[in-house]
Amino acid sequence: MKNTKERGSIHRTLLQMKRSYMLYIFLLPAVILVAIFCYAPMYGVLMAFQNYSPSKGILGSPWVGLKWFETFFNMPRFWQILGNTLTLSVYSLLVGFPIPIILALMINSVESNRFKRVTQTVTYMPHFISTVVLVGMLTVFLSPRSGFLNHVLELFGAAENTYYMGVPDYFSHIYVWSGVWQDMGWNSIIYLAALTGVDQALHEAAQVDGATKLQRVWHIDLPAIIPTMVILLIMSVGNIMSVGYEKVFLMQNDLNIMNSEVISTYVYKIGLTQQQFSYSSAIGLFNNGINFILLVAVNKLSAKLSGSSLW
Amino acid sequence: MEKTKKRSKGNRMTQDIVFNAVIVLLLLFLIVIMAYPIYFVLVASFSDPTYVNNGDFLLYPKGFTLLGYEKVFEESRVWIGYANTILYTALGTALGVFITMMAGFALSRKELPFRNAFMGFFVFTMYFNGGLIPYYMVVKSLNLTNTRFLMIIISAVAVYNIIITRSFMLSNVAEELRDAARIDGCGDGRFFFQIVMPLSKAIAAVLVLYLAVTYWNSYFNPMIFLTDRSKYPLALYLREILLTVSTNAQSSVTSDASAAAMLQKMSQVIKYGIIVVSTLPIVCVYPFLQKYFVKGVMIGSIKG
Repeated sequence: MKNTKERGSIHRTLLQMKRSYMLYIFLLPAVILVAIFCYAPMYGVLMAFQNYSPSKGILGSPWVGLKWFETFFNMPRFWQILGNTLTLSVYSLLVGFPIPIILALMINSVESNRFKRVTQTVTYMPHFISTVVLVGMLTVFLSPRSGFLNHVLELFGAAENTYYMGVPDYFSHIYVWSGVWQDMGWNSIIYLAALTGVDQALHEAAQVDGATKLQRVWHIDLPAIIPTMVILLIMSVGNIMSVGYEKVFLMQNDLNIMNSEVISTYVYKIGLTQQQFSYSSAIGLFNNGINFILLVAVNKLSAKLSGSSLW
Repeated sequence: MEKTKKRSKGNRMTQDIVFNAVIVLLLLFLIVIMAYPIYFVLVASFSDPTYVNNGDFLLYPKGFTLLGYEKVFEESRVWIGYANTILYTALGTALGVFITMMAGFALSRKELPFRNAFMGFFVFTMYFNGGLIPYYMVVKSLNLTNTRFLMIIISAVAVYNIIITRSFMLSNVAEELRDAARIDGCGDGRFFFQIVMPLSKAIAAVLVLYLAVTYWNSYFNPMIFLTDRSKYPLALYLREILLTVSTNAQSSVTSDASAAAMLQKMSQVIKYGIIVVSTLPIVCVYPFLQKYFVKGVMIGSIKG
């Protein structure tokens, strides 16, 4: 009895699959591209446990266990690189997470629609500047003699001509604050979208009860975007180790290297410049693994504490 | 009682006025911080090199000149880069929009067997990836390195885009429409091209914007995969021009010493000119598309 029922449902699924063949054809190109560019590299991760040589391939290369991970952990620069990675990412998170929220709350409480629109247009704009151009701008603005930061500081009495991009101690500040400049507007959009869902009746009722505007922002608007905040926070924590190659790589120079070498740029140098494929894959895997574990952990924690989670 | 209420109301009004004023002032300050660097680049690119090299504050072009732009357009690298970037952006965006719309549509059909498995297949890649070297090796083993074809397909599919497209179609293509079409004997293929596509112009605009910006600005993939300079997109040449310190490579060509000194003097202005030339297309187009990408983020923020 149960058997026939099961067979019936399998039969129905097969029939439905046949009927939907066109939908599978529609999915095919996306599936192929994701399989090639995302899943095939995941198989390639095995080379992190091997002494990989391109001529032998993954199936033919000898296994070495955790040798490369040990090499990485025992490397003298390990703590420096890990420290730089964490400094940049934690600093970015601490600054870059609250600022868009504050901006969204501010834009949302502006009464003139025209002013609101102008603010939005201007603050979103830097997002469209490419990383190469952004770093190019930083380099010229912060250069000695002709850069305008030195010039401004001169007006305030500082006489020194500093090449700011070359000072290791300034690296994280330049990296983080230029990031805030570029993306605070863009990142506020999602909160503004959530704020449009706030029931205006709540504001009117609070006004009748004598609440000031600041109180209304604090007690009505802010709680409305907390679920969005939680989701975005989980996502950011899940990316904490992946300080991008792009910007750090472009901002690096021989002078600031001790504070600007992060895991991803190191992976690039070891792997593509020095061709140590296995070693580099191991470092990359270590990085992605920690990200993944953090993501799962934070997501679980959040599901328990606030009920919001990614899946 | 009545009096205290009135006073507190007056008090509240002043508090609100102060609050509004503070917000407006802060936002005005922010607008200046956001806009001035961009404006400065624009103004400096039209200014006499002497002022620019002094690092003067500029509110309008001082000693207006187009010399910088003349030099920029004499530069063959800019032209080659521009042509390649336009090629990769146009074809990549078209391909990406098409593939993403099809995939988003298929995933939005509730009757599709194993649709959740496919979703899982896509979403997992957002949280885990193989890393740079395995990625590089895969592309290399497919003999795709140093090809224009790779530059076109490499960023076509982004999982985030598929997800927002699916959400859009779930809420904008009515189930009744599909039922009605099915009764009239319309298959999934025809339904997609004749009914869903015209209904999805808004999401298509969002995808065009997202993909075009990605392709236009992309530099890392081209940097690791391209070796042939004639295939370089603008971003790679920009990096060369903006971020390599010496411009001596060119001054060696002009053996004349005074010309070399002139070029040295011009280098800042040329840099500003190149920034303007490379960024202008996107910054000019975007205010007109603003309402679409805001919509895109909103669709994306609805979990589904």
